[in-house]
Amino acid sequence: MDAAQKPLFEFLLRQGDNALVLGHRTSEWCGVAPILEEDIALANMALDQIGQTQLWLGYAAEVEGAGRSADDLAFLRDVYDFRNLLMLEVPNGDFGRTQMRQFLYDAFQVPWLTQLQNSTDTRVAEIAAKCLKEALYHLDRSSHTVIALGDGTAESNKRMDEALAFLWPYSGEVFVDDETDHAMATAGVAPLLSEIKPLWLETVQTVLVQACLTLPEGDYAQKGGRTGFRHTEHLGHMLAVMQTLQRSYPGATW
Amino acid sequence: MYAQMVKSTGKGVQSRNEMSPEDRAFQDRIDRGEKIEPKDYMPPSYRKTLIRQIGQHAHSEIVGQLPEGNWITRAPTLERKANLLAKVQDEAGHGLYLYCAAETLGVSRDELVEMLHSERMKYSSIFNYPTLTWADMGAVGWLVDGAAIMNQVPLQRTSYGPYARAMVRICKEESFHQRQGYHIMIRMAKEGTDDQKRMAQDALNRFWYPALMMFGPSDKDSVHSAQSMAWRIKINTNDELRQKFVDETVPQAEFLGLSIPDENLRWNEETGHYDFSEPDWSEFFDVISGNGPCNAERLSARRKAWEDGAWVRDAMLAHARKAQNKSKAAE
Repeated sequence: MDAAQKPLFEFLLRQGDNALVLGHRTSEWCGVAPILEEDIALANMALDQIGQTQLWLGYAAEVEGAGRSADDLAFLRDVYDFRNLLMLEVPNGDFGRTQMRQFLYDAFQVPWLTQLQNSTDTRVAEIAAKCLKEALYHLDRSSHTVIALGDGTAESNKRMDEALAFLWPYSGEVFVDDETDHAMATAGVAPLLSEIKPLWLETVQTVLVQACLTLPEGDYAQKGGRTGFRHTEHLGHMLAVMQTLQRSYPGATW
Repeated sequence: MYAQMVKSTGKGVQSRNEMSPEDRAFQDRIDRGEKIEPKDYMPPSYRKTLIRQIGQHAHSEIVGQLPEGNWITRAPTLERKANLLAKVQDEAGHGLYLYCAAETLGVSRDELVEMLHSERMKYSSIFNYPTLTWADMGAVGWLVDGAAIMNQVPLQRTSYGPYARAMVRICKEESFHQRQGYHIMIRMAKEGTDDQKRMAQDALNRFWYPALMMFGPSDKDSVHSAQSMAWRIKINTNDELRQKFVDETVPQAEFLGLSIPDENLRWNEETGHYDFSEPDWSEFFDVISGNGPCNAERLSARRKAWEDGAWVRDAMLAHARKAQNKSKAAE
């Protein structure tokens, strides 16, 4: 990989790792959701994320050109090489927190992928167009769920309020532009994340009002996921589970 | 077979003379191969037996998510993870069709779930065995889904319309699952490393007899089976299905280079079938009565999911009511 491709590789890992880590966390709900329809829906969401992972990491592996596959990237990198948002790697918590996390992420993905469709990199544009179809549906579902649970009962409102308070500090890092983001913006591959933030905030505010919830005030942001500088302790445990077979039986095909 | 030892009247097959004129007309419809639909007349015992059978089948699909869900987070490749997720999602979908089919008989899904949690209804014994290695995902697909198909294909012709129609959709997906499972076994047993081959053989060793038990004990003496067969809610005997399963599975194991853990297994020229050893039926009765390796864990996982989710269901309902009131007020 020549130096000019490095920011693109980094950018693709960020998209792919988000999908992989969220897909993994969502899949942990298998068989234990609050109601059968949610078991089906959560499996579907996880499935979409794993599909998106294959597209983003598949392209990342091509760009890297080092003979690694999407599977190698998913199963044979360690914590410090992951580029996902911290918000997606922290444990699921209850169903309310899982749904709030999904909503905060979907509200970002929809405007983000919409703009990525205009990427100068045609592969990025194609992958974004495919992912956007799913993201629109995910946002529709997660906003309705957040509204229903926020509005439902005193207990559910309290739980959603707690979920929001827990996740809010993790949402900050989503929109902090760094060198990679500037390089991508200059190349016309992607917009700056800071440009997406107002669109995200508008959706979040609209939905939270209907959910009888208030936007938290603090603007302290936990950072270090998308740069890979400092993940939470949880990611290592997640990878220990996820990568166990590839690590225990090197070279085996499955 | 996901429904085992379903009780019917317990009195054997009712003779035509014992039947009321209505019941006789009902039996005639079944004998003519007609489908019974929800609003049609049916004897109370037919309804009750079907609720037991369909409910048990639905519960099996739901509890059946757990042993495979155990490996979703450890699936070895992205593709295997996606396949397994899709499979478990299909099973939840099967549960949903089947609960809907049961609801047409006048029992609610919540009532059925409550009966599962209070151990008044059962689910298939097979899901009380642990899944220990990735090869178990292969063995479960190959053997467990394979055994389920043996029973479910004939049930597409069962006498109760909604059950038969649910089974048509389910069968399509089950045969896909079976092929997926077998593919995992091919990859490990035929093309794999020594470790993978060992895992594959170990999985077959552990799942062979529990898979044979899925068909239930020999029903030559069972009064329940005879009545269910007269009603066409059971089409073949347990022994017929078990034999068919063994006959189809043995060559598949040979192709994989795996050995079936049964020293009495041999082809019988005279009968045109394989002779094989019976499973340990005392183990089966232990598992069915709650003492299998994972019974307590499976049930407590389901109960916990239900209890933990109560606030979500309450909130969804409360929100729907509020929305309904708002739209009424606006009218």
